[in-house]
Amino acid sequence: MFRFTSSTGKARSNPVYVQGFDNKDMDWDAETNAGITAPGETIVSSLEFMRGHGTFPDGDEVAATVAGTLQRVNKLISVKPIRSRYTPEIGDLVVARIVEVQPRRWKVDANGRQDAVLMLSSVNLPGGIQRRKLESDELQMRTFFEEGDLLVAEVQAFFADGAMSLHTRSLRYGKLRNGQMITVPPILIKRLKSHFCALTCGVDVILGINGYIWVSKHVKENQQVGEEGFDAESVYSNKNDYIDATTRMAIVRVSNIIKIMARYYYPISDIVLNQAYDWIVENDYELKDLLNEDIGEALIAAMSTTYQ
Amino acid sequence: MGSRVEILNPGGYRSDGRKQYELRSMDITLGSTSSSSSTVVHDLQNAMAHPHPTAPDGRAHIAHGLTEATAQVFGPREAQMRRDAIHDRANINVQVVMLPFSGGASSRRRGRGDKRLLELAAAIKSTFEPVIQTGLYPRSQIDIIVEIHQQDGGVLQAAINAATLALVDAGVALYDQVVAVSAGLHSTAVLLDLTHYEENDCPHLTVGVMPRSGKVTLLNMESRLHVSRFEHVFSVACEAAKIIKGEMGNTIGQRTESLVSAMAQGEPTYGRTAAADDMMDEI
Repeated sequence: MFRFTSSTGKARSNPVYVQGFDNKDMDWDAETNAGITAPGETIVSSLEFMRGHGTFPDGDEVAATVAGTLQRVNKLISVKPIRSRYTPEIGDLVVARIVEVQPRRWKVDANGRQDAVLMLSSVNLPGGIQRRKLESDELQMRTFFEEGDLLVAEVQAFFADGAMSLHTRSLRYGKLRNGQMITVPPILIKRLKSHFCALTCGVDVILGINGYIWVSKHVKENQQVGEEGFDAESVYSNKNDYIDATTRMAIVRVSNIIKIMARYYYPISDIVLNQAYDWIVENDYELKDLLNEDIGEALIAAMSTTYQ
Repeated sequence: MGSRVEILNPGGYRSDGRKQYELRSMDITLGSTSSSSSTVVHDLQNAMAHPHPTAPDGRAHIAHGLTEATAQVFGPREAQMRRDAIHDRANINVQVVMLPFSGGASSRRRGRGDKRLLELAAAIKSTFEPVIQTGLYPRSQIDIIVEIHQQDGGVLQAAINAATLALVDAGVALYDQVVAVSAGLHSTAVLLDLTHYEENDCPHLTVGVMPRSGKVTLLNMESRLHVSRFEHVFSVACEAAKIIKGEMGNTIGQRTESLVSAMAQGEPTYGRTAAADDMMDEI
């Protein structure tokens, strides 16, 4: 493991850099490829490296601004914070919650540094997708989304101040029903091929890259509401379908697994959730006991050994 | 004088058995320890705006001897009041709460809006304004909520150290970790990390230092101290800050390391499974 030494005033003339890091070879330990930093710690010389996110220049040194792991791409040094808010990228799938209805737009909480914006022009409206937004649409914005509603959307663009703009122009995006939301640190959600996961236990999970996860009743592919014969009534409906007791239990079981993984800082993906679910069913644990510490620990231990 | 406890006895010991330059024992907890998601009592402003309050982004608890404080950091997040949003940087909002049972000076209850608390909050805010990279978070707000659980001198010091740790835990970009320490003067002897009893009897000050650059972001002195003595007290305090920085740095390092290794546990080595390894061995 690397150790860092922050330089004192005296050491400035003869800076102490990351141990185990050879400036000549510019090569990290290939095994870990990451050191650990804390704010204000000197990382490297700014003469030899370019500074990326999570760093700042101080004289001819580059120092970290966050606690996290060092990342290097050629000459670019950056620090990835181990805990932070969601940093959006275009194309990310996010689960979000409406906080405010404003003229022609919704303000949405997506776990970012500012509230995201969902423009009226970036949602599908009743009566065909490609049509002009009318004044009448503006007046009945609350019939589409109102405060507290949950939705799944994609990051479309950024505003000048870094706020993100979302869109729901796809049959898979839109209002969320029939389930519950779990919040986890965003770093635990890895980028996957698809963030819409249908688990083997008959539960749908949407892994928002912003750390919000939606766990809901499974909807069959052919029963999804959407573009062809776009039915605004059902897309923007606030009523849950009937959910039977076994599905409800499965939803809670998956939610509790996610909570356990967040507690132990274990990366979350559909594969892991399936494995964890099977493990819990195999061991026949009661739903109410899942959040007990010893079961959580056993689950994490069991999950880790499968990768060893 | 007979019945009074001496601040510094002839043997060089203070009333709690410490030496002149000895700091009280520290205890730091980073992040939330409870398994359940925390309910936040004092984040009322946000509770009104959001019907579904979330856990803090960063949290830290620190004990300097008997003085204990917890800091919670929310954000960077959308400014609650639109007028608070600053177009090119983040707005820092500090709130200090003294719990009713925390004891301390005049064991009177200090509610919201108490002048003493507002002053503490203002001191903390001005301490962190030059340290947080606010330019990275335009139009957002960073809320720092400090709860004082127990008071035995050095409340400002504990509050600032807790806030630094909570900011690090929240992943807010900082130029440095601010470390605060209190120092006082008894006759000609400098005392470090004063208890409440010593604070009452000695002129004292609190220093907030950025250890990397050695810059001072806070100097708070509410009593009279002779100019000729000031420099000495001040420089001893700055030295002491480095020791506290070491403690805080260790805790941050350990916490980061444990989180990194916890995450690594769940990451498969790409393209390598146990089965694949076995196959490789056979070949």
